[in-house]
Amino acid sequence: MTNYLIKRLLMMFPLFLGITLITFTVIHLAPGEPVEMQTAMSPKVSAAARERMRTFYGLDKPLHVQYLSWLKRLSVLDFGRSFAPDNRPVIDKISERIPITLSLSIMALIIEFCLAIPIGIFAATHQDTALDKGITVFVFAGFAVPTFWLALLLMYLFGVKLAWLPISGLHSLGSESFGAIRWFWDMLKHLLLPIIIATFGSLAGLSRYMRSTMLEVIRQDYITTARAKGLTERSVIFRHALRNALLPVITLLGFSLPGLIGGSVIFETIFAIPGMGQLFYMGVMSRDYPLVMGILVIGALLTLVGNLLADISYAFADPRIRHGKG
Amino acid sequence: MRERWLSGLILLLFVALASCNKSERSGPLPPKTGKPAYGDTMVTGSIGEPSTLIPTLASDSASHEVAGLIYNGLVRYDRNLQLEGDLARSWDISADGLVMTFHLRRGVKWHDGRDFTSRDVLYSYRVTIDPKTPTAYAESFKQVIKAEAPDPYTFRVTYARPYAPALESWGMSILPAHLLEGNDITRSPLSRHPVGTGPYRFREWVPGQKLTLEFNPDYYEGRPYINRYVYRIIPDSSTMFMELKAGGVDMMGLSPVQYQRETGSTRFREGFGKYRYPASAYTYLGYNLKNPLFSDRRVRQAITSAINKDEIIHGVLLGMGQIAHGPYKPGTLAFNPGIKDFDYNPERAKRLLAEAGWKEKNGAGILVKDGKPFQFVIITNQGNAERAKTLQIIQQRLKDVGIEVKPRIIEWAAFLSQYIDKRNFDAVIMGWTIGQDPDLYDVWHSSKTGPKELNFIGYSNPEVDRLLEEGRSTFDWRKRRRSYFRIQEIFAEDQPYTFLYVPDALPVVNSRFQGIEPAPAGIRYNFIRWYAPKEAQIY
Repeated sequence: MTNYLIKRLLMMFPLFLGITLITFTVIHLAPGEPVEMQTAMSPKVSAAARERMRTFYGLDKPLHVQYLSWLKRLSVLDFGRSFAPDNRPVIDKISERIPITLSLSIMALIIEFCLAIPIGIFAATHQDTALDKGITVFVFAGFAVPTFWLALLLMYLFGVKLAWLPISGLHSLGSESFGAIRWFWDMLKHLLLPIIIATFGSLAGLSRYMRSTMLEVIRQDYITTARAKGLTERSVIFRHALRNALLPVITLLGFSLPGLIGGSVIFETIFAIPGMGQLFYMGVMSRDYPLVMGILVIGALLTLVGNLLADISYAFADPRIRHGKG
Repeated sequence: MRERWLSGLILLLFVALASCNKSERSGPLPPKTGKPAYGDTMVTGSIGEPSTLIPTLASDSASHEVAGLIYNGLVRYDRNLQLEGDLARSWDISADGLVMTFHLRRGVKWHDGRDFTSRDVLYSYRVTIDPKTPTAYAESFKQVIKAEAPDPYTFRVTYARPYAPALESWGMSILPAHLLEGNDITRSPLSRHPVGTGPYRFREWVPGQKLTLEFNPDYYEGRPYINRYVYRIIPDSSTMFMELKAGGVDMMGLSPVQYQRETGSTRFREGFGKYRYPASAYTYLGYNLKNPLFSDRRVRQAITSAINKDEIIHGVLLGMGQIAHGPYKPGTLAFNPGIKDFDYNPERAKRLLAEAGWKEKNGAGILVKDGKPFQFVIITNQGNAERAKTLQIIQQRLKDVGIEVKPRIIEWAAFLSQYIDKRNFDAVIMGWTIGQDPDLYDVWHSSKTGPKELNFIGYSNPEVDRLLEEGRSTFDWRKRRRSYFRIQEIFAEDQPYTFLYVPDALPVVNSRFQGIEPAPAGIRYNFIRWYAPKEAQIY
């Protein structure tokens, strides 16, 4: 186990370097440069001014020099300064937005798991009944409906027509003077629609997955045995089948880790939530290399850690892997 | 692209909800008139977040919009788009046009209480031309050969040759020297916490969410009526429109579809003032003049004759715009009302094409000369639905006269670097904003055809060159007008672009705000005189 762990950890370094190298190259391959995105088609900007700005950002140096100096800074955890005109440290920009995205996605993730797992179990134990089919239609509707469309409809209904919920943003104007409870309630109201829509959209994947692993498990011999022993259906499903059926779900949980800070551009744009998705999108559109690299590095790191955690917890949950057969 | 499907879906959404359309939220309607009163908050929405509130460093419109309320320049444009004194009480220009002397206003204070003096102006100028400052605005100040501040309330600049757009350039925001001098401007905390001389003081910036400004009680023109100005960041314009309807936003610019189709309810008409005036921008079809296809003027004239500009305005802008005949905004000083360019006349188009040698047609109905069919590619940038639709309409009209157009829509960065900068295009649909000063040197002078320069169509006309040079080297408006009037005549005949349309700006403002007086400059110019009557105030 320890050997396996050390091996996995050591493997992460070259992998990580490879990821940064590829992303750095790809973002620089994209046409357009930050300076150009800021000043293109403006009669007031001369070629000299453009050159001056390129020098300011270090874009006049060869690509490998830029990469190495970026890597050198990263080794002391310095993500550099943004190429946007505000020139702020990238880490400030990211840390301002991570809490928002993280808390939103964790809430959505918890609700998603809490709903999808029971739905999946229910669908599996009632396979091919009308209820199973109804659930299938429901979750796939959530999967298929474009989020922005549903979001706009609900916003119009609850925000404009009924005026029950706020439309966008995180806080009402003047929320600074609210008491703690009212402030929290205000934020909750703002988050309600985004979380409902996010959850609705992601139910399908997990619940279908749960349903199929559950179906696979309840066809196993040991379930038949359990039933033959005369155990109640309830205990067969929840004590014997569920445990095994949940194993692959652990892997899914591990994979969702990087997604937690990724956020969603469409979503955040529509609800005017200042999250990571928007930050990343803006960074890419303006070719803000340090910002894009900073977010990607954190994302890559979380992906690696997520995979590692999934593997480790899998090993703990499954004795076959733990004892070195896997 | 995104805008297009969004606006399409918004339409769908309104169809879907049309059944319950009668139950628009009701509430007390604000009174139509009332006495000016202090107080209330103006909430506006912006698609983008400002990048920095030091305007010298900013190149995005959101930054400049907010900074416009915080800072002042030496001069500014008044309601009729004439330059008037701002921080400068008055100015003199020497007879030879080389020396400009600004007499500064006394008693103006920075938001931190310090006096505004010529030292601030000198600093703002110096930091702008400093090679270490990453600014986009150094160019017009590079023409200055000497800048001096003989006393705290006089500022004098000397130019190597008379340069008319120079006066306008002194509308740049004046920065506080006492807070910036000796510091690195790019690392200054002022970019997130500005100190200016303007009608509003900075109060708070919640990143990604909103920016709040508060009235400046010591503003030199008197304190503004509206106490607070909140700038909410709402990246999606459909969301912003819903916020507007729900009362979360007080002012926004609408798209033609929103303006024409979604503001008809009684509730909306009573709740909002709708305004409409020509925007300072035009859209054009530009030809790569290095391409032999377009080097013949008759071909360009024929294409203009084949295009129905009215149809484009109705189809694309739902009528919210007007035909452009040249590079100026109708109704402004430099605009020549007498020019005639080629109106829609397919017969004339065919005749002109025949004169240029395009007589025969092939089996597909496309004109052929020397065995080659008349076909070319029109490119435009992705993300602008209006340009894409214009392109489709033009494609159809040109097909009618036997020209085959292939449309191509390209992502902005690639569009610039792979096509425009490399002159690798046949024709292009783009737009320019129309500056307040009529100088067109950068876009039309034959010396501006170099890489990344703006005369990318390669237009070269010695007479236009001469007129451009004359126009920018005198402060005499009569002479300037003569130059620019003549240029418009030449363009109308030459058709280096087919000028398509000037869209309308379509702002709406919550009707509790009074004192809005639409003028050639739009509505924003007298913002500090807007007010909400006491009984209508909600914040």
